[in-house]
Amino acid sequence: MIEVKELSKTYQLGKVDVHAMIDVSFRIDAGEFVAVMGPSGSGKSTLMNLLGCLDLPSSGSYLLENLDIRTLSPNQQADVRNKRIGFVFQNFNLLPRASALENVELPLLYGRVSNSHTIAREALERVGLAERAKHRPNELSGGERQRVAIARAIVNNPAIVLADEPTGNLDTRTGIEIIKIFSRLNAEGTTIILVTHERDVASRARRIIQMKDGRIHQDILTEGIVT
Amino acid sequence: MLIYDLFKMALRSLIANTMRTFLTTLGMIIGVASVISMISIGEGARQQTLSTISKFGTNIITVKPGRKKTRHVSSDSVQTLLLSDADAIEEHVSLVTGVAAQVYRPAQLKFGNKNTNTTVRGTGRDYAKLANFVLDRGRYFTKEEIISARRVAVIGATVVKNLFIDKNPIGQELKVDGNNYLVIGVMVAKGALSWYDPDDQIFIPVTTAQKRLFGMNHVQSIDVQAGKIEDMEVIKKDIDKLLRSRHEIREGSDSDYHVQNSSQWLNSWGDAAKTFTYLLGGIAGISLLVGGIGIMNIMLVSITERTREIGIRIAIGAKKSEIMEQFLIESVLISFIGGGAGIILGILISRTVSKIGGWETIVSMQSILLAFGFSVAVGVFFGFYPARKAANLNPIDALRYE
Repeated sequence: MIEVKELSKTYQLGKVDVHAMIDVSFRIDAGEFVAVMGPSGSGKSTLMNLLGCLDLPSSGSYLLENLDIRTLSPNQQADVRNKRIGFVFQNFNLLPRASALENVELPLLYGRVSNSHTIAREALERVGLAERAKHRPNELSGGERQRVAIARAIVNNPAIVLADEPTGNLDTRTGIEIIKIFSRLNAEGTTIILVTHERDVASRARRIIQMKDGRIHQDILTEGIVT
Repeated sequence: MLIYDLFKMALRSLIANTMRTFLTTLGMIIGVASVISMISIGEGARQQTLSTISKFGTNIITVKPGRKKTRHVSSDSVQTLLLSDADAIEEHVSLVTGVAAQVYRPAQLKFGNKNTNTTVRGTGRDYAKLANFVLDRGRYFTKEEIISARRVAVIGATVVKNLFIDKNPIGQELKVDGNNYLVIGVMVAKGALSWYDPDDQIFIPVTTAQKRLFGMNHVQSIDVQAGKIEDMEVIKKDIDKLLRSRHEIREGSDSDYHVQNSSQWLNSWGDAAKTFTYLLGGIAGISLLVGGIGIMNIMLVSITERTREIGIRIAIGAKKSEIMEQFLIESVLISFIGGGAGIILGILISRTVSKIGGWETIVSMQSILLAFGFSVAVGVFFGFYPARKAANLNPIDALRYE
């Protein structure tokens, strides 16, 4: 599914080179639920940006479903982001002026998928928000917003869902609900990669990748408690 | 993304900032409206000038006394042209369909207890035909009346209005500088220009004017009508040849008259009026440009405000071209709406001007298309840079933007 080999990313900050990621290699198979942990500055965000096709590595290779991301044109990369990757952000990142349904529909519009209304509604049903379809983000609670964002991430049936601290802006109880949704989606077959620094969130994943100073510090399998 | 969805999104963001959108659109409205109304005013002035001027005839060659060097200087005192010159032209120059020698001066008219000052024009049989005057009532003076220098007059419509009011002037005796003249005819009104009223004059036989009224032997101008406009150059040359020999002007020296072509005059007037129209339109066009800068300004603000939105769109798979289209559609929409409303406002302004100011204005399809096309072009041009800026945003930075 995902194969990363000696992936490095170097930023230039003024005249200084910042090595945000150094020689990271791993493999993630379809259906996995991976948590990426590590202190800030350890390279988690860089990894997510690279996996999410928002950025290109300085060196190394990244295969997503046997597609070498580095060889793709900008338009093909946009297509990969649209169809094979779903993003969930810490601050939800919904369009404020669009309704929940329209937010979910947006990737389908960019992907020129017909029947987008019905598909978007189904995705909202999967996160249990069908009855809030017409509401705008500011009329929804934090947990509901994140569920809209998740519906938007899965609406195109992507190969992986990348979640960057999805519970970071939520209270504990709501956070658990959100993680339960991820667990359920994973049980239904979606591959999930989730960045967090909360242990009990990570413990829901079946595999934890620990990052430190731009390298993989630890890569372990957990029990993966699904409730 | 389908163009329909892009339009929907653009409209939504324009509606979300109603006041801002309105003010930006207003810039375009004013620009387009001023271009259209200014051009309509200029065009109206041009048409009015040309149509009035062309009433004098476009196939007329005018011979005036004077040296070449003193052209455009009052030539009333130059006495080089004679009535016999006019007769010679009529007799010897072919392709000519009419000749009218003229003398003219202001004079005081009196009828009953009413007075008026007007131009008295002494001329020949062909004058009415040459100057496109048509008889309303009565008759024109005859050859015999010219030869015997009779005191008869054909009068213009303004003079009728000023002196006779409701009375039938035909057969009445009119006093011109104290002498009685029999009114034998009335001309149909040609309509006045603001600076010249062709109806405010009376016509008497040229001989009468020379001998009995003005006391002069020369004529002030000779109008020559060409049968066809194409013949005018040939006729001009022939007249020149004839007059040179008659006036005994040697080869190489300046003639004591000059020959003018009325269509040249008409053209140069038309050109001047056209330049005036362009000038008005150009000045108005500047406001359109300012409107365009307003669009660019507001689009840049809007893009900065929506940086995060752009980041989101890129993250969920929007292509650069689609981001660009979205913002370009917004700016073009502004210029489109502004252009449409500006056309309506422009037409209203030009109608109001012609109603209140009494000027003729002409809103041509050409000026509408020009202004509208220009406004849409301005929208694209000034929307392009902000849209490209949006499309080139780095999604990672954009997503982090607060």
